[in-house]
Amino acid sequence: MAETALAGHNMCRLIELYRTMVRIRAFEETALAAHRAGLMPGPLHASIGQEAVAAGVCLNLRRDDRITSNHRGHGHAIAKGAGVAGMMAELFGRAGGHCGGKGGSMHIADFSVGMLGANGVVAGGIPIAVGAAQGLRLLGSDAIVACFFGDGAINRGPFLEGLNWAALYRLPVLFVCEDNGVAAFTRAGEVTAGPGAVARAQAIGVAAESVDGNDAVAVDAAAGRLAAAVRRGDGPRLLHLRTYRLLGHTSTDQAAWRPEQEVAEARARDPIARLRARLLGEGVAAAALDAIIAGAEAEMSAARDAALAAPWPDPATAWTDVLDADRQEVA
Amino acid sequence: MDAPATAETLTLVEAGRRAVLQEMRRDPRIWVLGEDVARGGLFGQYRGFRDEFGPDRVVSTPISESTIMGAGLGAALVGTRPIIEMRIFDFAMCAMDELVNQIAKIRYMFGGQAKAALVVRMPHGIWRNSAAQHSQTLEAWFAHLPGVVVAAPSTPADTAGLLVAAIRSDDPVLFFDPKNLFGVTGPVPAEIDPLPFGIARQVLSGGDLTMVAWSSILPDCEAACAALAQEGIGVDLIDLRTLWPWDEDAVAASVARTGRLLVVHEAVQAAGFGAEVVARMIERLGPAAVKAARRLGAPRVPVPFSPPLEEAVKVTAAKIVAAAKATLGA
Repeated sequence: MAETALAGHNMCRLIELYRTMVRIRAFEETALAAHRAGLMPGPLHASIGQEAVAAGVCLNLRRDDRITSNHRGHGHAIAKGAGVAGMMAELFGRAGGHCGGKGGSMHIADFSVGMLGANGVVAGGIPIAVGAAQGLRLLGSDAIVACFFGDGAINRGPFLEGLNWAALYRLPVLFVCEDNGVAAFTRAGEVTAGPGAVARAQAIGVAAESVDGNDAVAVDAAAGRLAAAVRRGDGPRLLHLRTYRLLGHTSTDQAAWRPEQEVAEARARDPIARLRARLLGEGVAAAALDAIIAGAEAEMSAARDAALAAPWPDPATAWTDVLDADRQEVA
Repeated sequence: MDAPATAETLTLVEAGRRAVLQEMRRDPRIWVLGEDVARGGLFGQYRGFRDEFGPDRVVSTPISESTIMGAGLGAALVGTRPIIEMRIFDFAMCAMDELVNQIAKIRYMFGGQAKAALVVRMPHGIWRNSAAQHSQTLEAWFAHLPGVVVAAPSTPADTAGLLVAAIRSDDPVLFFDPKNLFGVTGPVPAEIDPLPFGIARQVLSGGDLTMVAWSSILPDCEAACAALAQEGIGVDLIDLRTLWPWDEDAVAASVARTGRLLVVHEAVQAAGFGAEVVARMIERLGPAAVKAARRLGAPRVPVPFSPPLEEAVKVTAAKIVAAAKATLGA
């Protein structure tokens, strides 16, 4: 398969992309193993195979930029800089989780790094993202907002509303359509009329482009171009990234309806393996890349062990963080 | 209650306008978004705002209720304090994900990392024969929803005071403006102080019956109480002003005295907030202390258009008088 030219990319950047993808993969594989072992409650939506999307986009964001994410959002959070210890503890429902065990995998948020939350509702993050951008502008900030959603979300009303809204007010939003080709258990193409996200965005006047979402270098380059335009004040942009969900919808779904050959072909396009091949071709030592993998696996194992050793939340905290008004008078 | 010396007589809608004006002048993080707000809003609640505050703080939006609601939340999450205008309550139905799944949940679900400090204004109720999709009162739904404050005032002063409190609150506040009372006048202080949530207003005092109400139905309750007074029946009339939190203590103190309770709301009677008030009083005071308890609300039908049909289903002063007498066993 064609790989994006390396022009404009230095080796440090490639290794940073690689490290982020490897960390996402290690985090999710660690979580999946714990889930299969019955150690983790609730549903778990893994993004195995889609890591280049999160890594490539977030490499172009500043710490004070914001993101909104969806139910398959571990990668987005890690790439934006969320602490994995707090994420892992959250997945296990333990004290010390980013959300104190009240959110779980589907509601990971880390406001300290601008991660405004994963979302259990498809397209739920889109209105929030455009509003965040509007609010940032009102406050005089030059930060931008990246809004991650899947191919299923483009069939929900908020996608149309949000695109129109962002274009109308020229808001600093980078819409990122992470097109893994499948909406839950149904192929996106079977339930989506017309040519898709890019055409829909262009129809509203939002410049959009589509690149191979399994090519981390291409994602990084395209996200860099579009984020720069957004940051310049040119208004919103949409980046459509074609990728593939290697696993099922949730950790318990085998997605057995997919032909084995299709999955095998997709595995051959694994974004981590592809970037590794390029790095090796550029002369990076395999041992150095293996050390990145080993480091990530050790980091995630430690996060898992710490989470499993952490106490459960104090049941009294189930009553906190709801409403001030029924507890105290308005100041 | 005596009006403060600096009070001015204002309509309810103008009282709300003054409250928002006062707060927007105080805090540049406050802004308004909604359909037609740059033209003053459907009811003139934002008249003159665009000229004073400019297009970035008074944002006329597309008819995109999901995004009006959701964008307000997003803007709150980065530190602004939006007032989300839904034009009329019924249109908020198009934004239930953003309200119920997002706004009401975000603080809790994220373990307190962020608060949704915003106000959603939703003028509600029967008004000028507007029929089934423009007349609803579903405030009970939201009293049932953890994570939000529910305000439903009935006077100009309460509207102003509760709006100031709502704007300053870090909790998301669902503010049900009483459409049908927008023209009602009353004193409003020049400097509007926040009115704390969960404190009822004692409208009338009487020893025979406790009557609890809120929002648009209050004037009908007052008319009914005047008629009952003619017959020597004294009513303790309590305006809850907010449904969550609600002033259980004030109602309990009254019912402990009168032993008889009637809750009146414009909303459908079945599964309305009146059921909660009655149930709590019986739980709290015991069945022996509550000799009679009733609810009066609308029948479980949509609000019809034709004036005689609308009149047939809506709660009126005459129906309130009859319900009060039934509660008294008269």
